[in-house]
Amino acid sequence: MNITWRLAWRNLWRRRRRTWLTVGAMVFCNTLLIFLISVQLGSYQMMIDNSLGAFSGHLQLQHEGFDEDQRIRQSVPAVTERALQVEALLAGEAVAARGVAYALASSEERSFGIQVTGVQPAREPGVSTLPGLLREGRYLSGADGEIVVGALLARNLRVGPGDEITMLGSGRDGSFAAAIATVVGIIESGIPELDRALAQVSLPWFQAVFNMGDHGHSLVVRLRNLERVPAAVVALQPLLAGAPELVVLDWDQLQPGLRQAIRSDMVSAWVMYGVLILLVAFSVLNTQLMSVLERTREFGVMLALGVSPGRLARLVGLETALLAALGLALGVAAGGLLGWYLQQAGFTFPGMEEMNARFNLPERIYPPVTLASLLWGPLTVFLGALLAAVYPALRLFGLQPVSAMRAG
Amino acid sequence: MHWPLTSLLTLAWRNLWRNYRRTLIMLLAIALGVWAMIVMSALMRGMTDQMVRNGLATLPGEAQIHHPDFRLDPSVVNHMSMPAGNLLAQLNSAPITAWAARLRVPAVLASEYASRGVTVLGVDPVQEAALGSLPETLLEGRMLASPDDRGILLGASLARRLDTGLGKRIVLMSQDTENNVADRGVRVVGVYRARLQGDEERFAYVGRGALQELLGLEQEVTEIAVSAADYRAVDAWLPALRASAGPGLEVLGWTELHTFLGTMLAVQEGFVLVFMVVVFLVLSFGLINTLVMAVFERTRELGLMQALGMRPALILSQVLLESLQLLALGLLAGNGLALATLLPLRDGVDISAVAEGMEMMEMGTTLYPLLAVNDMLLSTAVVLTLGLLASLLPAWRASRLDPVRALARH
Amino acid sequence: MSSIVCQDLCKTFAQGEERITGLDRVSLSIDAGELLCLSGPSGSGKTTLLNALGGLDTPDSGSISLAGRRIDQLSRGALADLRLREIGFVFQAYNLIPVLSARENVEFVMQVQGIPAGARHQRAAAVLAEVGLAGLEDRRPADMSGGQQQRVAVARAIASEPRLVLADEPTANLDSHSATQLMDLFQALNRDRGVTFVLATHDPRVMAYARRLIRMEDGRVIEDVAQQPSPSAGRPPAGGAG
Repeated sequence: MNITWRLAWRNLWRRRRRTWLTVGAMVFCNTLLIFLISVQLGSYQMMIDNSLGAFSGHLQLQHEGFDEDQRIRQSVPAVTERALQVEALLAGEAVAARGVAYALASSEERSFGIQVTGVQPAREPGVSTLPGLLREGRYLSGADGEIVVGALLARNLRVGPGDEITMLGSGRDGSFAAAIATVVGIIESGIPELDRALAQVSLPWFQAVFNMGDHGHSLVVRLRNLERVPAAVVALQPLLAGAPELVVLDWDQLQPGLRQAIRSDMVSAWVMYGVLILLVAFSVLNTQLMSVLERTREFGVMLALGVSPGRLARLVGLETALLAALGLALGVAAGGLLGWYLQQAGFTFPGMEEMNARFNLPERIYPPVTLASLLWGPLTVFLGALLAAVYPALRLFGLQPVSAMRAG
Repeated sequence: MHWPLTSLLTLAWRNLWRNYRRTLIMLLAIALGVWAMIVMSALMRGMTDQMVRNGLATLPGEAQIHHPDFRLDPSVVNHMSMPAGNLLAQLNSAPITAWAARLRVPAVLASEYASRGVTVLGVDPVQEAALGSLPETLLEGRMLASPDDRGILLGASLARRLDTGLGKRIVLMSQDTENNVADRGVRVVGVYRARLQGDEERFAYVGRGALQELLGLEQEVTEIAVSAADYRAVDAWLPALRASAGPGLEVLGWTELHTFLGTMLAVQEGFVLVFMVVVFLVLSFGLINTLVMAVFERTRELGLMQALGMRPALILSQVLLESLQLLALGLLAGNGLALATLLPLRDGVDISAVAEGMEMMEMGTTLYPLLAVNDMLLSTAVVLTLGLLASLLPAWRASRLDPVRALARH
Repeated sequence: MSSIVCQDLCKTFAQGEERITGLDRVSLSIDAGELLCLSGPSGSGKTTLLNALGGLDTPDSGSISLAGRRIDQLSRGALADLRLREIGFVFQAYNLIPVLSARENVEFVMQVQGIPAGARHQRAAAVLAEVGLAGLEDRRPADMSGGQQQRVAVARAIASEPRLVLADEPTANLDSHSATQLMDLFQALNRDRGVTFVLATHDPRVMAYARRLIRMEDGRVIEDVAQQPSPSAGRPPAGGAG
């Protein structure tokens, strides 16, 4: 090992207790950051996956304006053929066609206004997790006259599997639309908004009831992961060439709240992290400034021997880097262990269940430890510590060898 | 040897400034920590407060009275009579400031082009105004004039989705008490803008009397919303209200009606304390470090004091006093900084850049930091208590020095 | 040939309200290979002169040249380089880096000078052996006597083979045995390698070794005499040091 490194390392241990306390502050902060950031990033990932997976998918092809106004006339013609085209363009990704209409649903005892979605029963499970969340009965078979409803809607309508629901609404052409459907299944997602509104029938029957012809309202695409979204948007452009009224919306346009919720959470979280990191930097600043001031005489001798102030400043920088590296290594180790444990055991706190349901999250989070969650915080602490050494190091440039050697 | 407190204080004060750079850095760190504690709590508190307020404005009220079956089966079938007797007297007495009896029923609104399922609120505009539960912003037209107003007030977003507008007629369909679907044409008399787009799409307002007539009711309602001044003090008046309502009615506070908001508030309270303690823990390493070094540098001197006959307890209290002065100065500076930060932000922080994300949390586009004296006191308590606790170790070590060995050091 | 020439050096210091004269029109020339002592009471200006000669301090006026090169107007950086490569320094005490061993203390300066690692190890071992510390290379300063520490400082000073070594009160913290050993070392280096030594001291044991003695008072040279070194004068009685 180089003498300068050895010198820096040994200088660290001249005040053992002080060094450990400073390292301790870094390790504590790093462990905390790893924990918080992995919970944070883990929740974002789950929030995105669960929100998009439940219903909206990663991409949708719609009539322009449908997302905003949801009018029945804003439809996509030849929707099932287009589903096949989309599938051909995006080999291997899940695609399903849907139609959406509003109707007054009446059971024997109750009446509610509902949103009816026509789905392709064979394809829908590929783009949405809802068909898998049946509480009772079965999912749609594709036959006419079948309906699955959300658990809260079923409760409100006082229906169960086998009961009939009458739907009254208007078709795409404004004509009167009416049909009787038999409840075959009840879906419980745990998300009240969905469970209160969900009603699905098969798309061909939907098209017949609401006079849609071969039209539907959206083509839902679920990709294998979020990173594929931009490429998929580009890949779908040929479909839009002959149909200027159609648009492709990505998840950010479909659920604008999601990214903003993440961003606002990110901002407030980083303000908090910033405070913690700043406090640790102060700790390092204090330690390194004291360490420089204590060694004024020694630095004076070195300067007298012809060692340049720049070299001494680099020495102090190196000492700080070693100190910070120690904090980084131990912090990552401790944080990694904690993260690994939480990944197995999960993490929750009182009240988290209610809070998480709001953001489509399970009541217990198993935050995955990733390279990002492991290093993001500790590296920032490391940089903060290095910055904190700038002031003590700069002081060396003002040192005069003669007076420094005379100091205490 | 007797040392009066004043000379101990002076000694601690002078010692504090012997290494002024170290003291200043530590002071800065404590001030920053305290500043963060107070400012972050104020922001969090402001956020939850607004979420709760917005939530309560939509709920509405801090407590509601229903037919016992209404919440599970929100149908007009589960109606109740207008408040009378004891209940009415209770509703009209302090601290309750406002109440409104309303009909809340699921309904379908249909224009000639589209239909939507909504919640229709049959209201008495005067009662609702007192409760503050009517939409804040009217874009077009007018508010409802009386309980017998035959018009309907729609949200702008819903009006667009129904492809209708001011002055146009739409059909309101809802289930009556006989389980039949009753319908009537109503004219759009006003279009409102709600803070949250979701509310705009969900709620339509009509006159209570007009709706009662449509659904075959006399004077019955489905919900009584009750409000008093402070949403945190519901427990003070809820039991009396519950007693006066009698066993035939369900009286619930907002934490039970809207469990998300209740949990939110509890979690926020807990989080403020956790955040303060965490900030302090990070700070404590520096604090202990400072004191350990201060004691270390003065080993000889402390040995001398002991040799001169100063009791260990006095040395201990001298170091603790030094720490206390440091903490007090840091608290002073931190509180000052926090006030200086928060006072200019009294009129709110614009967070419209993330408005739709905030909507998921029932927030508007402006965040009003809420400075609570309690938070300032709490941060002071946390810093002083834990600070002195952290100082005990170095102080104790200082008081346990062996005078002979301490004097031999140089 | 003159190695060091200074002319009309003046230097004053501020101390509170007063101005103190450090150097008052000092002119001096020192030849290569001399072993010279600056003596005089505290505050006589000998340390100030030594610092000026070594480029640690710049005079208010006057000139200093080292081997024909003016050094009084060099920049801080150039002065540092001069000290690093051409002048060796030995200070009063505590002038080693406490966390480095004897060998590392010597090597550290050589590393700063840019000497490659292999050469460094060899040279460090050689100079440490030359100052009589063979076998103690791995001791840290705290585990060595004052005399041993000063010899490490000498080894460090001569490692880069400077032509000039400046020493400020090198024996101030040494017992007489160690002081004599240190002066014997200086004398040997002066004799065998031709290193010029300028020592500031008020220790008569040191002065006894000098071939030229300059006495200073109030910043002025008041006496400048050549003398026959009498090292035995400073030597303790045989067996006296144990």
